[in-house]
Formats: sequence, structure tokens, C-alpha cells
Amino acid sequence: MTDLLRLATAGSVDDGKSTLVGRLLYDTKSVLADQLDAVHRASADKGLSTPDLSLLVDGLRSEREQGITIDVAYRYFATPKRNFVLADTPGHVQYTRNTVTGASTAQLAVVLVDARKGVIEQTRRHIVVLALLGVPRLALAVNKIDLVDYSEAVYQQIVQDFHAHAHGLGYAEDALVTIPLSALVGDNVVDRSANTPWYEGPTLLEHLESVPVDADPRDVPFRFPVQYVIRPRTEDFKDYRGYAGQVAAGVVRAGDEIVVLPGGRTTTVVKIDTADGELEEATAGQSVTLLLEHDLDIARGDLLATANARPRLTDELDVTLCWLSDKELRAGARVLIKHGTKTTQGMVVTLRSRFDEQSLSTVDGPESLGLNEIGQVSLRTAEQLPVDDYSQSRRTGAFLVIDQADGSTLAAGLVGAPLPILNGAQSPTPSDGHGLVNPGP
Amino acid sequence: MSLLTDAPLRTDNLDALESEAIHIFREVAGEFDRPVILFSGGKDSTVLLHLALKAFWPAPVPFALLHVDTGHNFQEVLDFRDDVVRLHDLRLVVAEVQDWIDDGRLQERPDGTRNPLQTVPLLDTINERKYDAVFGGGRRDEEKARAKERIFSLRNAFGQWEPRRQRPELWNLYNGRHKPGEHVRVFPLSNWTELDIWRYIQRESINLPSIYYSHQREVFLRDGMWLASGPWGGPRDNETAELKTIRYRTVGDGSCTGAVESEATSIEDVIAEVTASRLTERGATRADDRLSEAAMEDRKREGYF
Repeated sequence: MTDLLRLATAGSVDDGKSTLVGRLLYDTKSVLADQLDAVHRASADKGLSTPDLSLLVDGLRSEREQGITIDVAYRYFATPKRNFVLADTPGHVQYTRNTVTGASTAQLAVVLVDARKGVIEQTRRHIVVLALLGVPRLALAVNKIDLVDYSEAVYQQIVQDFHAHAHGLGYAEDALVTIPLSALVGDNVVDRSANTPWYEGPTLLEHLESVPVDADPRDVPFRFPVQYVIRPRTEDFKDYRGYAGQVAAGVVRAGDEIVVLPGGRTTTVVKIDTADGELEEATAGQSVTLLLEHDLDIARGDLLATANARPRLTDELDVTLCWLSDKELRAGARVLIKHGTKTTQGMVVTLRSRFDEQSLSTVDGPESLGLNEIGQVSLRTAEQLPVDDYSQSRRTGAFLVIDQADGSTLAAGLVGAPLPILNGAQSPTPSDGHGLVNPGP
Repeated sequence: MSLLTDAPLRTDNLDALESEAIHIFREVAGEFDRPVILFSGGKDSTVLLHLALKAFWPAPVPFALLHVDTGHNFQEVLDFRDDVVRLHDLRLVVAEVQDWIDDGRLQERPDGTRNPLQTVPLLDTINERKYDAVFGGGRRDEEKARAKERIFSLRNAFGQWEPRRQRPELWNLYNGRHKPGEHVRVFPLSNWTELDIWRYIQRESINLPSIYYSHQREVFLRDGMWLASGPWGGPRDNETAELKTIRYRTVGDGSCTGAVESEATSIEDVIAEVTASRLTERGATRADDRLSEAAMEDRKREGYF
């Protein structure tokens, strides 16, 4: 049994992120001979004397031509201890769009800084986005440590800046790790470096292999968006009627009383079924089929939830939007909202505030929300939605905003204001973590 | 397969990958009118079908299967494909590249390979049959361009992939909205690696075509790759056929799918071999990807998988 860690990278231009990812793949022997040959050939063609490891990950023609990473790329590597799915997110253009995408499923983010520059504005913004999206843990990779002569003092200053910022966003001490490394040379990425005798912590890979994968907590209310109704209508399964879905949060057991939302009828779970047989219980992340005691009118788009700890049922929502489209958002806009398995119409009533990335503060009553901007918005929906705050659930607190006309994804939506800083709080106080109930993918 | 199990702690990565794939199948079933599964009889599409069967059990899979047959496929694989279709009582549509050549819509290439010719019959069949979601067994670990592919990948009316216009994919909320004439390619195995596939085949006791396991075959060396002779052309004058002990790591058009020398006769042997291999699956066995740094990207842009 090996487990799975989903991680994302975040860094600014030229922090050497592709090189770091290339180094991780290379040093874990996840790069095979033919891929390496291709990198050697391409590096030689570019007149380089050492292989450019970033070529391992920059996959698209235009990326290689421009020497930049454009789109989120997913990388896979494994050690005997763990399997990794890494969302490699580019740092320059559309960084919010890409960071939001990578962060939405990440259990840990590796934040890169250049040791010569330290924690810069863009790093702070990245961390705000990671905190907003509820990434439970951060690892700060202080890269290019070789270029500051492996200076402990430089490193300690960066660590201090990072901790101050991350604490302000609600990260607890044990959710943060900092590592001095050089992706280019390989110091402290996989192998411990002799150049940093003052550093006693883990190498990056050691950390990734040993960091606890926060299990989906069991003591939170059960949530289950119904995806599909399974009715075989065959001889053997004449009256079978199962509700198929993936547990979004919590635990369900046979005998549990549940409520069907938005309808509001209650019933009891009779059986938890899978193709491999019946289960006694199912937890967050598992795809199962539920059979219920009563024959209710339940369809795709309904949400099954613990009867005694129900989500909020509402058609008026205060939300945070990460705007991902070139088309600006203005008050009065009509959009589609996809929440769980439900898609309904929505209208943006007011733009309450916009997060100003330069000053890391909020601006009230903005005219519009543009590409890569984050703002607080009041929404009205055509139908009532059963929601939890995003700070309580990364599943039932999340939604997509979709363009009615062309179907494109306009924004990542988060119910409530997951970060005090985005809500106009002047000096966020450190807390002991996010209280996230579902850090799962 | 029905026993009351103890409450399992789902920490194994295969369980997580299986649940994710099943979730994707059910999303498509819930949101699209005419989905279809690309099924060639190869290991990835066989795993894909296995997951579809599990996703809708005890009901039948609510999709048809589609195979674009280049006419250069291995007979063992075609037989296996037909056996599987019969066993599970599925509907299979076969688009024969030969038909497109016969009526002049496609021309045979001078090098005899038909792999690039699959794209037109695929797109024509998607249009004719109005498929709106097309499941493929593509994995992101296969190739650099595939690493940037979404799980739900929108294709325009010409079936083209536009990497710069991909939708952000957030949480597990998939946006499958598309205009009439467009369709969405769906890749439930996106996050699987070659080793995950084999470990899952082992765990689930999934049958595969025999050519994935070691056997004797007459092959000849071309461009560093062991090709079998067949309707796609045998050894040329300067090439000699030899009897070798080989197996196939990927299964595709015979003209460009190479065999690897192997003694792996069982699934355990194959897993040991894949674990130790120093070559990627495609690098070892696919002539079509060796053409250029961006060979796969270019074919995907044209509408290939």
C-alpha cells in the first residue's frame, strides 16, 4: 500500500520552478533514458553545456520556443514511500488562474523564492491565493541558495518574512516548512547538501515523503451530491434504485438518517453498494452507490446530507470569486453556477469589494472584476443551493461560475470569505490553522 | 464479487484513482446526451472499460464503444476486443480506415503507416453519430503535451485541441458545456501512470490480449524498433526477420508499434519489468512519437487523441 500526495508548485518568473520539478523527477529517477536523451539533444541544440532540466516539463511548442511555462502541467513521480501527483503552475501570465487551478486540489504547495530576492510581492500574492483555496500545508523552497554563498543569514531573513506572512493568513507553525536548496545544483532537493551544514531540516523530497497527508476528517457532517441514478431494470435487479456519487465530506454508514436537499425529506441509508460488494461505511473521496429506505423523488443535482447537521439552504450567497476570464464581471451579470452536481442560473447583485494585490488590502465597491482579480460578491441563484462555507468544506463550499453564452469557466467561487484579509480585516491575527474539514482532492 | 468488507481505510493510491475515474464516468453520464468510449482492446482502454462497468454496476454501461481500426491491428487484439464486447453485451461501432481509403477520403501514406490516418475517420464518426463526449484512455504521464491536457478537454467543431484556450479545471467540478458540433474528450485515466495501470490490472484480475505477455514472434529491426511483419509491410531488402522472444508494451497500429524483448510471461513479471525499465512506454515502442519534439502536440491539435 502506497498513499498519494497531491501537491502544487507556486513561484514567480525565473525562480527556477521548472528546474526544480525537473530535478525532482530526475533525482527520483522518474525521468527515463529516452526523455533524458531528448533533453540532452535539445540542450545541445540550444548551445547549453549542461542539460536544461526545465525542458523535461515545458511540453508545448510555444513554451520551448519562449523558454517559459504557459499552462498547468501535471507530473507523476513515485518513491517507495509515496506516489505524487504534482500540479506545476507557471508563475507569470495568468498566475492567479493557474495557481487557483493547481491549489484547488492540492494537499501541499511548494512555494519557490529566489534566495537573492527573498519573499517578494508576487510570493505574497501566491500565498494569499494558496491560503484562500485552503491548501493545508506550505513548503517554502528557498532556491538558488548557492548564489548567496549558502548564507544562513540570508536564509533566516527569508524564513522570518515567510512565517510572518503565512501566520497572518492563518497558517499554524506545524503547517509550514522551509528548506534552503538549489534546484540547479541539487542541494537539499533529494540529497542532503554538504554546503548547508547549518540546516538540520529535511530535504524537499524527505519532507514530501513524510509530511502527513491530512486524512479526510471523519467528525464532520456527511455530504453527498447525487451524480446519477442507477436503475438496472434487469431480472436480477428489478427494483434496484441506487444513488451514485462520491462522498464529498464526512462518513456515511448503513442506518444513518439523511436529508435530501433541496427537497427536505428525510430517509435512512439502507445499504452502501459498490461493484466489489457492500460496505459498512464510506468516507470522503469514495465513489459509492447509496440505497435508501423510502422511494423518494431524487435526481442528479440533489444533495444528501446528515439530517442533524444540514448545510445552509439559500438562494442568496455572499461569496469570494477568483475571476479567471478576460471578460470583466459587472453587477447585474447573469451567469451559471455549478455547485456539486447542480447547475443553476445566477445573478451577480453587487460587487462588494476587490482585493488589491499591491497593498494586500481590500477596495470597497469596485466597478468591475477583471482577469486574475479576487473579490467579494453577492449572488442570487434561481434555485436554492445547499452550501457550507468554503472554510468548512472545500467541496460543498466551492462552485464554478460559467458563461451562459459560450460555456467557458469564468470564475472559481468560494462560499463565504475564507480569509479575513479579503474581508477587509486590517491586521489578520494568527490562528491555529484553517479548520478545513475536507482538504482532500 | 460481493462480500461485506470491513470499513476500509482508503489510503491506497489505486483506490483513490479508481474513485476519481468512477466519479468522472458518472459525471459524463449525468451531463451528456451521447457519450462513447474509445475501445481498441489495448490495456488502457480495457482498464477504462473495467472502470465504466464498475461505475454503473449493477446496471449496464450506458455508452457505446468505438474503435477506429487502421486495418493494421494485431489479430489477437481484435479477437480480444470482440470477446470483451460479447462478454459484457456491449455495443461496438468500428470505423475502418480502409473504407476511407477506398472511397478516396484518405490516401495511403508512402511509408505505409496508418496511425496518422485515424484522425479523420474518428472525427467523421463523431460528427455522423453526434457523439458529444468521447472517453479516451490517455494518461498525462505518457508524453509532455499530454501532461497539459485537461480531464474534460473541449474540442472545436474540427475536433482540434487548442492548448492555450483550455478551461481551468478546479476541484472536481468539471465543465462540459459545449456548443452544437463541438465535443468533449474525457480522460478518466489522466492521473494514472503506466505502473498504476499494471498494478490495477493485477489487483482486479483484468484479462488482456496475449501479446502483452512474452511470446515468440518473427520480427525485424527498423529505426531501432522491433516490428512484426504484416499487411503494413514486412522486412525490406536490407532488413532481416528473426524469431525473438518479445512482448508488446503498447498496442497500436502494427506499422509503428514496436515489440520489446521480454521474458515476462505473467503480470508479476511485467510489473517487475516496467518498474526496472529505463525507457518510457512511448519512447520504447512508438515510432510515431519519435518524429519530433512536438509530434504528439501536433497530432493532438489536429484532433488525434
